[in-house]
Amino acid sequence: MQAFRYTQAKTVDVALDPGQRFLAGGTTLVDLMKLNVETPHSVVDINLLPLDRVEPTPDGGLKVGALVRNSDLANHADVKARYTVLSEALLSGASPQLRNMATTGGNLLQRTRCYYYRDINYACNKREPGSGCPAQDGFNRIHAVLGGSDQCVATHPSDMAVAMMALEAVVHAKGAKGERQIALENFYLTPGTTPDKENVLEPDELITYVTLPRLAAGTRSHYLKLRDRAQYEFALASAAVVVQVEGSRIRRVRIALGGVGTKPWRSKEAEAVLEGKPAHTKNFEAAAAAAMRGAKPLKYNGFKIELAKQAIVRTLSMVTA
Amino acid sequence: MAISPIIGSAVTRVDGKLKVTGGAQYAVDHPIEGVAYGAPVASTIGSGRIANIDLSVAEAMPGVLGILYHGNCGPVYRTAGPFERNSIVSEGRPPFEDNKVYYYGQYVALVVADTFERALDAAAHVKVDYETAKPVTRMSEVTTPLGPAHRSYSRGDAETAFKNAPVKTDEVYTTPTETHNPMEMHATIAVWKGNHVTLYETTQGVVNMQGVVSQMLGVPLDNVHIVSPFVGSGFGGKLFPWPNTILAAMAARKLGRPVKVTVPRSLMFTTVGHRPITEQHIRLGATQDGKLQAVIHEVKNPTSLLSDYMENATGSTPVMYSCPNVKTAQWVVRLNIGSPMAMRGPGACPGMYGLDSALDDLAIKLNMDPLEIRLKNYAERDESSGKPFSSKHLRECYTKGAERIGWSKRTPGVGSMRDGNEIVGLGVGTAIWGAYRGGAHARVRLSADGRARVSSATQDIGTGTYTVMALIVADKTGLPVERIDSVLGDSSLPPGPMSGGSTATATIVPAVAAASVKVIGQMLDLASRTNGSPYKGVDAQTLAMTNGRVHKQGEAPESGIPFEKLLEMQQIAALEAEAQTGGAPDADNYSMHCFGAHFVEVGWDPGIARLRVRKTVTVMDAGRIISEKSARNQILGAVVMGIGMGMFEDTYYDPRNAKPLNNNFADYIVATNADIPEQEVIFLDYPDPVIGEYGARGIGEIGLVGVAPALTMAVYHATGVRVRNLPVRIEQLMKA
Repeated sequence: MQAFRYTQAKTVDVALDPGQRFLAGGTTLVDLMKLNVETPHSVVDINLLPLDRVEPTPDGGLKVGALVRNSDLANHADVKARYTVLSEALLSGASPQLRNMATTGGNLLQRTRCYYYRDINYACNKREPGSGCPAQDGFNRIHAVLGGSDQCVATHPSDMAVAMMALEAVVHAKGAKGERQIALENFYLTPGTTPDKENVLEPDELITYVTLPRLAAGTRSHYLKLRDRAQYEFALASAAVVVQVEGSRIRRVRIALGGVGTKPWRSKEAEAVLEGKPAHTKNFEAAAAAAMRGAKPLKYNGFKIELAKQAIVRTLSMVTA
Repeated sequence: MAISPIIGSAVTRVDGKLKVTGGAQYAVDHPIEGVAYGAPVASTIGSGRIANIDLSVAEAMPGVLGILYHGNCGPVYRTAGPFERNSIVSEGRPPFEDNKVYYYGQYVALVVADTFERALDAAAHVKVDYETAKPVTRMSEVTTPLGPAHRSYSRGDAETAFKNAPVKTDEVYTTPTETHNPMEMHATIAVWKGNHVTLYETTQGVVNMQGVVSQMLGVPLDNVHIVSPFVGSGFGGKLFPWPNTILAAMAARKLGRPVKVTVPRSLMFTTVGHRPITEQHIRLGATQDGKLQAVIHEVKNPTSLLSDYMENATGSTPVMYSCPNVKTAQWVVRLNIGSPMAMRGPGACPGMYGLDSALDDLAIKLNMDPLEIRLKNYAERDESSGKPFSSKHLRECYTKGAERIGWSKRTPGVGSMRDGNEIVGLGVGTAIWGAYRGGAHARVRLSADGRARVSSATQDIGTGTYTVMALIVADKTGLPVERIDSVLGDSSLPPGPMSGGSTATATIVPAVAAASVKVIGQMLDLASRTNGSPYKGVDAQTLAMTNGRVHKQGEAPESGIPFEKLLEMQQIAALEAEAQTGGAPDADNYSMHCFGAHFVEVGWDPGIARLRVRKTVTVMDAGRIISEKSARNQILGAVVMGIGMGMFEDTYYDPRNAKPLNNNFADYIVATNADIPEQEVIFLDYPDPVIGEYGARGIGEIGLVGVAPALTMAVYHATGVRVRNLPVRIEQLMKA
């Protein structure tokens, strides 16, 4: 870790220089600073900002402050009751200690667990654009099968963001040009030729809130995370499903995947297969196939394609049962 | 004298309160005034040499006190090696001996600064230029012929018997690199006073470390003091010193102030050992009814360029099952990796995974029950030596365990047992570990404050040695454990055993018992000499000590006098006796082993490729249990480790630069609490009549041996997939 300057922000109107970083829970930033992957000359601690509340919105949704801790969000009564998928996703991630520190805004900006990104002795296009991607022909069991490019195949590690993707969350950000709202669906970028740019935030923008839209009555949701061991491991494949069933038919469904994409992966293809159709295994399988149609396996991660399909099918079965 | 019921009872470990309240001081916890912090710089290449080290930036950074590397580190020596007792090192090359790089993550410099953070920051600013050679990281890259075996064994004519056998299996089984990863990282605080050095350490052998440090630093043995009262486990990785210990001592000497060096978790994967890969080619020949006719077990393992370590995976093979024709051979292949080191159940653990897996493959071929084939080939004596076993109750382990897991309800068909979404599978594995008792000194002191103190330069690596020593004194003197102080982990005490190879208990128990008997004898003598003693003039031979009281044999202890009263009468502070004991007297005439059986039940949910262990049952034939709670703790933990070995653990090296890619606890996965199901452990508790008075054999390793093959057989039973390359990964099972 390199020496850095530490200041505390008192208002949300803080402009950042390129060499500065916001510090919230620190569970990603400090970790990466210890590895010298992040070497800010100064960090701006935003923990004093009044962004730590969960409040109802006028239209019946929920407004989640960027500094709401993962533990608090997961255990919030409204989240547990109405946004089950989000509570489950949060509780499937990390460890209690990490969840007690990690924040909502920080989790959205969590960096990849790619081995090569996290070691400065390797080339990495995400860290140093143009330097190369050792994951392409390296040990890539944990890497992405969706959304990758020849520049980068790193997975986005967040569980929370996957659930929020299925909940059609909206990110609120504030920067020098004022406030704006970004649908989470449009928030993340696939690596393409600029894997260093992971989302549409401007350098001076700070996430202030995330809003979750109201869910129609009778909506059910579930998050299923598949991995080698039972706890404290990033997803090999995960599925978040939010569904509204009328009679035996699926009226509306939102499906997002984790562990398989270079970003939290919303699958409109899978949703399109299901909407208006009976909630039936055959349709679930068709949806799963549609979700993974464009998947590109690397040497060690081909099984993720089938695993993600299984996650989709099982989650749909559970949530429509 | 009869052994009292306190032996084998559920006494809470005597150091437990200190540990759960944070009072136990581990290596780096010792408060040392003026301590400086050493941060290592490690190589980022797998092979080559250091062309240049630029210290200019780092040296100018705030708080930096000095930077050691091969060009300035001063003298450091090699040990006299195996010729000299207590001078075993893990890696023959002293740190910073020259500019050569043998593996990724090898120490190339040590930055010392006034704070930990400044040391780390400066370490990141040491610029090292390398001349890089291509590292060789896989045995498959080594094309030179293996040549004659580096170790071999043969009885009968295994090749011919195999050729002629009516039923055969011929498979290769592999186990991955496993990294010890004790919770407490290797660490040292070195403090010099003149030409004397004290090292606060975390080690499985204070006596050996004293010898090594003396030799490598070139100071007399008397001038080296190793202090290691608590060890946050070792699993074999802390048996023998590694370079970090010497680096701390060298830096402290050079800078003239105490230096603390903690090995960071990432370097725990390169600089302090691992269990190396084993590649095991096993051929079994058998009759149609499953009787073994030939066992041929050939094993290759990699080692580093700096160690001759062999993973003796064939060690148990000649002993385990009955078979007239057995051949084993082992080879070692040198690679650009850090040096391997014995890890819990070395040899036997991967070896029995191979052998028991091969036996299961034979059972599958013959449509035989896995338990039945083990009983069919049960060895009644050690066929490698012809000697009888000192004590073997393995058959009872099998039958008791089978009963507890519900083996009789096991339907043999693959995938034939279901529970909801899960397919259930059951497997069994055999545990074996050689029992050994060596030599040790111990001292026991009875003081006027009514307390006893027992001491020996051994260690408690979490296994319960403190408690075992106290229990033996309690048994001999009749004092409650609360009035006994166990002291260990200090090289200035009478030399005791290393905590390794499951030998510490069997070795220290006789020494503590002998010292206890000796000091009690002195006390009885005192009773017969002391004015005012009710037994003055009575023949000491007719006296005894019970419940801490001296009394006449055959009379109630309450009729006697507390020993502290006798000391008081004579104005003596304490009586103290030291005893030295050696190996078991009759050991040469017997084959001494611990045995056990593991039963594992797994659940496989094919709809989501989820494999979980549902239940384990372990029955141990491990001699008499001295300390029930810590013994159970040992076996429970070993089975947890076995689940990790079966399903998770695998250090993988990048073949391009030899870096262990998953060198942290997020990526190197071991079992978490949520992975551990209901575990049952049963001790048969038959004393071994040969190993000593108490009949106690060691139990550190045995619990891990045989878990993995039980697990992979259960996986086969559930999925139909025979996993012969550990760990079991879901992608292997998804092909089912």
